[in-house]
Amino acid sequence: MTTEVATVTYREALTQAMREELERDPDVFLMGEDIGLFEGSFKVTRGLLAEFGPDRVIDTPISEAGFVGLGIGAAMTGLRPVIELMTVNFSIVAMDQIINNASKVRYMFGGQVSVPMVIRMPGGAGHQLGAQHSHSLEAWFTHVPGLKVVCPSTPYDAKGLLKTAIRDDDPVIFLESEGLYAKKGPIGGADDLVPFGQAAVRRSGSHCTIIAVSRMVWISLAAADLLAADGVECDVIDPRTTRPLDLETIAASVRRTNHCVVVDEGWPECGLASNIATHVYESCFDWLDAPVGRVNAADVPIPYARNLEQASLPSATDVADAVRATLARGT
Amino acid sequence: MTNEIPTGPQTAAPSGSDPALMREMFRTMHLIREFEERAAEEYMRGNIGGFLHLAIGEEAAVVGSVLALRPTDPITSTYREHGQALARGSDPRAVMAELFGRQTGLCGGHGGSMHLMDREHAFYGGYGIVGGSIPLAVGLGFSITYRHADGVALAMFGDGATNQGVLTESMNMAKLWHLPVVFFCLNNQYGMGTAVDRASADTDLFTRAAAFDIPSRRIDGMDVLAVHQAVSDAAHHARTEHDPVMIEAIAYRYRGHSMSDPDKTRPEDEKARWRARDPLVTFERVLLGEGLVTGDELEEIRSSNAATVADAAAFAADSPMVPESALADHVYAHPWTDDPRGSALMPKGSK
Repeated sequence: MTTEVATVTYREALTQAMREELERDPDVFLMGEDIGLFEGSFKVTRGLLAEFGPDRVIDTPISEAGFVGLGIGAAMTGLRPVIELMTVNFSIVAMDQIINNASKVRYMFGGQVSVPMVIRMPGGAGHQLGAQHSHSLEAWFTHVPGLKVVCPSTPYDAKGLLKTAIRDDDPVIFLESEGLYAKKGPIGGADDLVPFGQAAVRRSGSHCTIIAVSRMVWISLAAADLLAADGVECDVIDPRTTRPLDLETIAASVRRTNHCVVVDEGWPECGLASNIATHVYESCFDWLDAPVGRVNAADVPIPYARNLEQASLPSATDVADAVRATLARGT
Repeated sequence: MTNEIPTGPQTAAPSGSDPALMREMFRTMHLIREFEERAAEEYMRGNIGGFLHLAIGEEAAVVGSVLALRPTDPITSTYREHGQALARGSDPRAVMAELFGRQTGLCGGHGGSMHLMDREHAFYGGYGIVGGSIPLAVGLGFSITYRHADGVALAMFGDGATNQGVLTESMNMAKLWHLPVVFFCLNNQYGMGTAVDRASADTDLFTRAAAFDIPSRRIDGMDVLAVHQAVSDAAHHARTEHDPVMIEAIAYRYRGHSMSDPDKTRPEDEKARWRARDPLVTFERVLLGEGLVTGDELEEIRSSNAATVADAAAFAADSPMVPESALADHVYAHPWTDDPRGSALMPKGSK
């Protein structure tokens, strides 16, 4: 049973999830750069040091590979580390630990250990942070068997998915969106978990299916509004987790609308949109009236200048144009 | 200035030392030697695939360190880790079967020579990326502290790993948070084919710890008693003081980096010099000289180990191949699909 409570920000929803899980399970601890005294670069861990103390809310040196590796070792003994990487950009420094250790140890050791660890990190562009601080790496992590990859778009999902992630026995890459931290919405209670592998249909329409991840869900909903003014009605599907991916919900929609556009904030080559499009082709080829459209960031490092940065990122207009182009091909 | 590499005479057994422990050290060192000689043969016969890194020559460092710990103290290691598993008490049959890639292997054939792991014996695994396992050991030490348990984690790594940044990060965290970790650098003097002095600006690798105020020392890694004493002391310090320690054990591997290395670049006189200090031969001399074992007892150990290894090899050869149905086993604790291929992204139960 779902009990919706207060309307809070995406940021506060995450804080609540961690607070509740810290209270529930003494094996849960938080670790990351400036998450304690400073309360997090994005204030997601606000109040948690005061509440749970320095043994469970641990400020780290700037050593991403080191403390992600530490978390893996601790998780192998059954602890449940929730590691914050200040941003997704710094995960690249820890990639050896994530790919070679976290995602592999259970498999290569024949199931003798699990890694019940969550690595939280905000990503995405839009704040003029330049090329090194604006990555969207959903596709990198989704590529890797052994990881689970979560991309919440709403406060409700941010809380419910993070609680599921913390209770999961596998390593979970939890990709928050910098652009959504201030987004407000209803959230669930302490027992309202959002399961992995279950997409949400954010809007219903019969003409085209838009599949969008994380912040792109909101861009796509804005696009759907624009299109509705012209009488074009779209399904907007939010996969919520990209590994596992709820292909069933996606395929059911595409088989009904016969048109599909996939939107993600990462780059176009070997990207999330390409991958989801391939699944759509494989499962819905006979139902498609037009090629699957893709909307991605421009195939360039994300630039600094405000106008250039905006030009590099998917906009509601871009998505609406892609839907129109797809529909035009299909008639 | 570099310290002299310790090459002194074999340490005499301390008075009152436990003859059973002495015999166990010899037995384990000999078992590892026997096991790895056989593994090399099986590799040449094509029964073992991939890489096979042998620690022949390094047995004193392996056994002296592992046996200095309590059986519950967790260990991580490198890809040269058959000996660590055997010293920890892993079944030689299961270790050999893992090398053969069989269902009965220690990791069900999913790991292989480089990725042995035996949780039951607190052996937290062999890892293939140089330096990559060190922070995991710090995590094992963290877990001991977090749970207020009584233990020590030992991170075993080679000289090559000392030039990986993650060691620096790991030492810093271990000292910063006062974690019971022994950083055990098994310096076999070569990172694959590159000698330490061609890779490290300062070849006194134990001094890396000084940057973090971690006590450290260099010992003769060919001397099992010296290693055992040093690691016992280090583990005691880590356990009681809740602080890390570093040990650098100088040793030498008698084979190339792996079976695919013909070992053409290391100087012959250097190899001969280190072969003259064979840890099994020198330890045997101490044991006999001090009357801790008889020749008959040594012979009994040798023949028992030979039988154990022959049995392990036969067991591995007779073991079933890993069924293809096991392909997707153990990817996840909670999988959502039974199909390892096409529909791996489909949620479980959705068709």
